[in-house]
Amino acid sequence: MLAFTMPAIFTLEQVAAVARLAELELAPNEVEMFARQLAGILTYADQVRQIDTTDVPPTASVLTRHASDRADQVRPSLDPDEALANAPEPARGAALFKVPRVIG
Amino acid sequence: MNQPPTVRDIRDLIRQRARSVTDVCRDALARLDAVNPSLHAFNTVTRDRAIARAAELDRDLDRWRDRPLVGVPVALKDNLCTRGVRTTASSRILETFVPPYDATAVAKLEASGAIVIGKTNCDEFAMGSSTENSAFGPTHNPWALDRTPGGSSGGSAAAVAANIAPLALGSDTGGSIRQPAAMCGIVGLKPTYGRVSRYGLLAFGSSLDQIGPLTRTVHDAALTLQVIAGGDAADATSAPEPVADYAGALTGDVRSTRVGVPSRLLETGVDAEVARAFRAALETLAARGATLVDVELPHAKYATPVYYLVATAEASSNLARYDGVRYGFRAPIDGPASRLRPGDKSDRGGDNERDALRTMYAQTRERGFGAEVKRRIMLGTYVLSAGYYEAYYLKAQRVRTLILRDYDRAFDHVDVVAMPTSPTPPFRLGERVADPVQMYLADVFTVSANLAGLPAISVPCGFTSARLPIGLQLTGRRFDEAALLRVADAYERDTEWWKQTPEL
Repeated sequence: MLAFTMPAIFTLEQVAAVARLAELELAPNEVEMFARQLAGILTYADQVRQIDTTDVPPTASVLTRHASDRADQVRPSLDPDEALANAPEPARGAALFKVPRVIG
Repeated sequence: MNQPPTVRDIRDLIRQRARSVTDVCRDALARLDAVNPSLHAFNTVTRDRAIARAAELDRDLDRWRDRPLVGVPVALKDNLCTRGVRTTASSRILETFVPPYDATAVAKLEASGAIVIGKTNCDEFAMGSSTENSAFGPTHNPWALDRTPGGSSGGSAAAVAANIAPLALGSDTGGSIRQPAAMCGIVGLKPTYGRVSRYGLLAFGSSLDQIGPLTRTVHDAALTLQVIAGGDAADATSAPEPVADYAGALTGDVRSTRVGVPSRLLETGVDAEVARAFRAALETLAARGATLVDVELPHAKYATPVYYLVATAEASSNLARYDGVRYGFRAPIDGPASRLRPGDKSDRGGDNERDALRTMYAQTRERGFGAEVKRRIMLGTYVLSAGYYEAYYLKAQRVRTLILRDYDRAFDHVDVVAMPTSPTPPFRLGERVADPVQMYLADVFTVSANLAGLPAISVPCGFTSARLPIGLQLTGRRFDEAALLRVADAYERDTEWWKQTPEL
């Protein structure tokens, strides 16, 4: 058996808390399923945590050089109608995206 | 069945005016109509657009005939943006999304004379290894309809293997071009990270994603890479390195080539028939003059768990954009939130309306995303969350460095590293869907090339006794696709596997 320094079991409350961070409204059966499966995946991933990485820097990107910055010039971009064409609730005249009311 | 035409065959026939672009296009669409019902390789068929485009090229052939892919039918994975053509990523959340722009790789293909015939099925947002995570149903393997074509670019691989099109584009974040290519008996190339612009590719893991070709021959992959490679002002991570003459590099000569074999890594977990085909492939390369060298990749065995920590973290961030506001599906919410999530403070006056917005986000995402996408968003959110970030995400990034260094060291001694592409032949539909870790193990030999940003290719190297395809994977030095393609092509010259086609 592997020794765990982190709990290998996800409680339903932990799953619900992560779902809130991820803006996901999970169904009760999904909460149970993810509790089980995420624990399984993290158990599998735990071998990574056993590796000695003293003095090893993290790699976030394999790019070896910074891409050149683009010129700071005004260029053509999407026109408002095109930008709104896929919106579930466009306000075309105002060129805005509508969302449920957020202030009273 | 006769040998179906390759990209090069079609281009040459059109240049010689032996065939019209329209005839070739109609043949591809007829083949699609005949076999797609049993494969489900396509989400969208761009029939009228393709025929109109073909007619346009025929009318003006003098202008088009010297373009490198003139008249070649191409299938595009449905996570590549196509202006005016629905692009779903096989997700409910983008079921009706029509992009206002083309991906750079798509624009380059069309400018080179290729004709887009449709958008291919894939795992939702390219998250999966079997194409079963599509919201629109799985794709079937042309070699065995009860098996998966691999994934996530399973529709692209099936379309090429079934001779609907000689060329498809896919995307590869952890093996999503190479693994389905292996499982469908064709060639799949993941270029070096940055070699092909990612502009217009729906992002999954931004430090890992690359676009690449799926073809029947290495030469066709070289021709395609030639077209789609290069720096792009629209993608700051695309590389300005000069694009080599890839087709010109295919000399067939591997006499001074050293092929690394990570024997220790391959000791366990490889299907016996796959292992046998792999050993035979090494002998073929050696017989052609290549030198086989044992290499150590001591951290490669951790690549899969590292990948699932890094890729899910990036995915959870990338997929935050799907919120039901600017494009895609929005869950209908009437008035204040109808159903509140645990922990929400809904009983305090003014918070009700804030809840309405956040409930819209959460219900949109709950109903718009499938199970695997939610699973990865959840895992990625967890590994990035306070208290776990260092233990999981940062740790995985440090081990990523060790994997990268292993390859750098290996490439001091060898020109390419050889492995099987997939540890097993294609598995049955439904066989692994209930067990995510089992499914993730399908990527065990492919993910490290993404973590290290290296180019890698899968070429057909045999069949099992049940006539299921097996792939050989070669991994090369960064930006040295020319050497990688040269070795793959040399191997192809001494084998007949690539000539076999499934009966459909």
